[in-house]
Order: sequence, then C-alpha cells, then structure tokens
Amino acid sequence: MTPVKLYPPRPEKVYLFGTCLIDMFYPEAGLDAMRLLEREGIEVHFPEDQTCCGQPAYTSGYQSEARAVATAQLGLFPEPWPIIVPSGSCGGMMRTHYPQLFAGTEQEALATEVSGRIYELTEFLVHVCHLRLDDRGQPEKVAMHTSCSARREMGLAETGPALLKSLGQVELVEQVRAAECCGFGGTFAVRHPEVSAAMVEDKTVAIEQAGAERFVTSDCGCLMNIGGRFEHQQKPVKGEHIASYLWRRTS
Amino acid sequence: MTAQSDSVQAHPVKNHTVQTYSPREFHRQAHDALENPQIRANFRKAMDGLMGKRREVFSDWDLETLRELGANIRQRALAKLPDLLEQLEANCEANGIRVHWAEDGEQACRLIRELCEARGAKSVIKGKSMVSEEMHLNEHLQAAGIDALESDLGEYLVQLNQQTPSHIIMPAIHLNTDEISEIMHNKTGTERTRDVDYMTAAARQQLRERFMAADVGVSGVNFAVAETGTLCLVENEGNGRMTTSVPPVHIAVTGIEKVVEQVRDVPPLFALLSRSATGQHVTTYFNMISGPRKTAEHDGPEEVHLVLVDNGRSSIYQDDELIETLRCIRCGACMNHCPVYTRVGGHTYGTTYPGPIGSILMPHLLGLEDTKDLPSASSLCGACGEVCPVKIPIPDLLVRLRREAVGEGRGNVRGAGVKRSKKEVAAWKGFQWLATHPSAWRGGTAVAGKLRALTPSRLGPWTEYRTAPKPAKVSLHALVKRHRAESRPSDSPAGTEETRS
Repeated sequence: MTPVKLYPPRPEKVYLFGTCLIDMFYPEAGLDAMRLLEREGIEVHFPEDQTCCGQPAYTSGYQSEARAVATAQLGLFPEPWPIIVPSGSCGGMMRTHYPQLFAGTEQEALATEVSGRIYELTEFLVHVCHLRLDDRGQPEKVAMHTSCSARREMGLAETGPALLKSLGQVELVEQVRAAECCGFGGTFAVRHPEVSAAMVEDKTVAIEQAGAERFVTSDCGCLMNIGGRFEHQQKPVKGEHIASYLWRRTS
Repeated sequence: MTAQSDSVQAHPVKNHTVQTYSPREFHRQAHDALENPQIRANFRKAMDGLMGKRREVFSDWDLETLRELGANIRQRALAKLPDLLEQLEANCEANGIRVHWAEDGEQACRLIRELCEARGAKSVIKGKSMVSEEMHLNEHLQAAGIDALESDLGEYLVQLNQQTPSHIIMPAIHLNTDEISEIMHNKTGTERTRDVDYMTAAARQQLRERFMAADVGVSGVNFAVAETGTLCLVENEGNGRMTTSVPPVHIAVTGIEKVVEQVRDVPPLFALLSRSATGQHVTTYFNMISGPRKTAEHDGPEEVHLVLVDNGRSSIYQDDELIETLRCIRCGACMNHCPVYTRVGGHTYGTTYPGPIGSILMPHLLGLEDTKDLPSASSLCGACGEVCPVKIPIPDLLVRLRREAVGEGRGNVRGAGVKRSKKEVAAWKGFQWLATHPSAWRGGTAVAGKLRALTPSRLGPWTEYRTAPKPAKVSLHALVKRHRAESRPSDSPAGTEETRS
C-alpha cells in the first residue's frame, strides 16, 4: 500500500516521538528506543511538550479533537531531522493520516512536511541505520507480532522479523495467521469487547502453539492486548516491545 | 415421480417467514454468533480456505498493477456515470432490451411485479442477485401471489432454511455439510447423507423442473457494458444461464453503479472478480446477454428487461470520498479477509451486504440511525483495503462514517450525528484539553504513576478477558530526564549538549 520509499543516509540527529501509550504504560520501551539510536551514534531529541498523536480521537470520528491534539505536536519538530516513532500505529497516523487530517487547513503544508519525516523505529533501524546486533542473550523461541498499522499502513511487515532474525540466539517462530489482527484496534476493543476478545483469544493460541516462549511486537496497543490476555489466563508467555527486547539482549 | 417431487411442490417458499436479523441488534447478534461453536468453526474454515485460494491464484500475477487498472476502470466509469447510463439505455434498447429505472427498492419491486403480471406469471426462477435481496423482491412477489424460487445452490439452501444469505458470493457459507443434509432432508425429502454429490444432484433435479416451468427468470448483472448494451453475468453453476435463457421473459436487475464503459474493460474486472471471490482463474460460466431471441434463433427469452436501481446510490455520488464505495464489484474478498466477519459471520451484521463493504455501503441505503454500530465494528486492521480488487479505501471510509455518525463529518449521510452523545463528546474534549496542555499531561502521567496501586483491576469488558494495564511508576518524560542527567557528565554520543531540548 505504501509506495516505495527512499531512505536518507544515517543522520546525526533525530527526534523521538514516544507515543502516549509508551509514555504512560511502557516508558522503558521508549527509553530503550532512545538507547538503541544513541548507540548508533545518533543524537536523539525528545521534545518535552509531546503528548499524543491524536489517533484515538481520529479513529473514533472526533475529527476536530484529533486535529487539535495533532496540531499541538506539529510544531515540536522544527529542525529537518527524521522523527522516529516506536509504534506502527502512531507512526501510521502521523505519516498517512496527518496530511488528510489537515487538508484544506492552514497547517496542511506543515503537516505534510512533518509526515514525510516520520519513520517507525524498526524501519529506521533496518533501512537507515543498517543495524548490526550482537546477541548476548540466552537461546529463546520468539514470535513476532507485527501490528496491522505497521504491516499495512506503513508497509513494514519485514523490518521487525528482520531485526529478530539477526539475533544469533533467537529462533523466530511463525504463528499461524500471523498477519491477522490481534483485536486491539484502539477503541474497537472497548466498543466491541466480545469480538475483540475472540480475536485476541485466537492470537494467543496461535502464538502458544507456535512454541514461542515470548512474543515481541512493535506496538504497545497489541502488547497490552495480547500480553493482557496471556496474563489473564496465567500463561507463561510474556510480551515485550521490540525496542526493549533488542536493547536487553545486546547491551 | 416420487415423494421427493411431492415435497418440492410443498415448498416452504409459500407462506415462508424469513429469519431476520437487524443491524440495530449487531451487539446481541455478535454475542450469539460468538457463543455458537458451529458458526465459529464454519466461518473460520471457509474463510481460511478462501484466503488461501485467493493467495494461490494471484501468486503469478502482478496484482498491484491489475488492482490499479481495476480501480481506474471503475473510477472512470463512475466519473462518467450519467452519460454511461444514458448510453447503456440507448444501446440496450437498440438490442431489444427494455430498460426501466427505479429510484428505490420499492419502485423496482413494483416494476418487476408489473412485468410479471403483464405476462400472467405465477412462477419466477431467480439467478443470484444481491440487489434483489436488498430490495426484498421475493417477499414482494410472494405478497402478490407470485412464487419466486432461488436457483443458485447456496441461495436455494438459504431459502429452504428460511434465512437470508450470510455472504454475498457464498450465501450458505454458514452451513456445513451435515446442516445442509438436514435441511434438504426436512424440506425436500432427500436422504440424510454426507455425500455432497448426491445432494447437489438432488437439488439440481429439483431445480431443473422449476426452470422448465418458470414464467419469468430474474437475474442480477455483474457488468453492464454501455458501449454495446451487453449484460455480463458471472456464475459457476449454469443456473444463471438457465434463468436467463429458459423462461420466456428475462428480467435483469442491477444497481446503477454496475455500468462499465467498454467491452475491453470487462476482462480485467472479470479476472479480478473471479480470483478475488473464489480463487478461480475463471468461473465455469460467463454470460454476455445482448438481447432477446432473434427470429432465426432457436432459444432464448422472448423479452429481456433491465431494471436499473438507484436505492440510495446516487446520494453518495456527489461526495468525492464516499463515491469510491460505488467502485465495488461485489467479490466478497473484504469479508473473507475480515477478522471480525470471520468471527461473527454474515447474519450478525443484519444487512444484505455484510462485512466491511456492507459497513460502508449500508449506512447509505438504510441511514445511520439503523446502522450506527457497523462502521465501528472494525479494528481498522486494513485487511479489507489490502485485498480489495478495485482499491476501495475501506478503512478510511469506515473512519469517515464514524465521523458522520458522531456529527463531525460533512453531514451528507442520512442520520448523521445520530451517535453523538454528550458523555462521549465530554470525554474527547477532556482528552483534547489534556493532550494540548503538555505540563498538565506530564503532571497527569506522573500522578497516574504514583497512584498506580489504585488502578482498578476491573475495567469493564476489557478485564473480563485481559488483565488491566497499570500506569508505569515513572513516565517516559521522566525517564528521559533521568537518562539525560545520567549521561550529561560524560560525553554524549553525538552532537552538542546545548542543542538538546
């Protein structure tokens, strides 16, 4: 769906947009993303006034509220540096939907300019940093859950698995219907809880049956959903954001 | 003849009441479907099979180029729709096909009934037509004393079982072999069996008699070619050809959006349709109907009619975004790939067209008052948009309709604003305030972290299936600050300190 994207050479500086879910629930993932980038010799700027990309309001139909929240983010990235987002969902919102959201408004040009600098973390690590990883962890069987927005909105089905495969001690196992949604979908999980539950149930079964000891994802919505389901059933399978997993095993 | 044909005569199509579902009851119907292991298993198995077949059949194609072509053909036809419809009418009439226009389903039903009555018709045989389902043609004809029998095998079974289709291509996909055997046994007197060939042959024989006796055949249309006045019909069972060629009258009924400009537009669309729908390179039958029987010909109907139905379609036509809905060629791939449809099945939606395409189309046909829960019944995973052969941006259109439902769209969809609630508006306004006041945001996340022990372990339906997420002790904002303080004394990895925010 995403047209071929040309990647810039490795920059000296980048912005990190941490996302609201990471800020509030999984801050270590944001910090680990920062550490991974810094280890590559990149200076990471974290604009302090960042909050949320506005997606929850956007997908619920609350357009003006979404636009107000997004507007508050647009001015935080004045330098022409790449903006790294450790989430396919928020990254997809900012890259794909910001231009639409601001179409016909005064901020349209700025929104389009900002959207052109949005990179999902694993995308940036693979295509711009050409990251090489030295795995120091124990052997482990891991399943990757690529979020639907990373996969379809941003066209990044391969980058997460590519990073995991480059870890020497990690065996990447493929769950059945890997491309199927876990059932999170933001407010979908709240508006249609039973359907969402049926979806996450199937996802956890698939991950478990693949023999994974752990699942890794690039989106905290999926992590909260799938991990929450495993935990609810008191299953031993743990979930982790890919930034944390990569940092933990290679630092 | 045997008892079997007697029971065909006692066909429940007379005085039948169809089991109905309503889009207003989506939540209850979803609950029921999710609790039904048979429904769950039937759909999962069928959708897995269809997804696999589609993947396989497109594996040696440049699918993206073909989709682009399909989308452009459809979009161009829509751009010229008024002209093409006039051209279609003129060329059909020149071919001897009488063209009729219907503003809504009611008018279309009346037109078809009058055409039947003009011939004194008592018995109608039907090929598969979703438009006829949309306008409840069978019920209308039945009320006028005209017997309408579905001849597509799936439609036939669904009609025997007094149901509506659960899928636009495979109407009886919610039924498994044992259920079908039971239905056929109960309604037509066939033996209980798992022998699919036996059941198919039995249905074929039952239907064959009805084809021969029918006064009128009613079919749908897949592509109506404006340039030549040709009606294309895609099918696998030959029932479409029987319906359109055996009875003395053929009435084709279709939505106004099905028109394409030229004959050469048809092969790419057909290639996309058959592969996307059933994973077939080509369907068993492809009918091109270009008029009634000519004087020297031995067979074919004496009269052919085309009924062009608007039924809410032109209301979308003026909207440059919603118009993309009308590109649809009714392949059903969006439902086959939808994780929600796969879980709850087609009846849950309570609409003629279920699944993603239904959720973006039905609000225009029925209004958002009845359909307000459909656009939200999607996780926006994007699987539908990814497989759509004519590249309808279904997820974007779902979001657009969510906007309309809460009164933040253009206001041009019937029932716009129906879902707007003060409570929800207040919640989003609160979210907006917090997310546009960064220091309050940071304060809020800090407080949430401190009070994390007080986080409720029950959060409505979320925690019936999952544990509740707990705010972290320290937010990312705070972690970054700490990280900066730690790394400040030593050399930073790159760049200069003063540029740091």
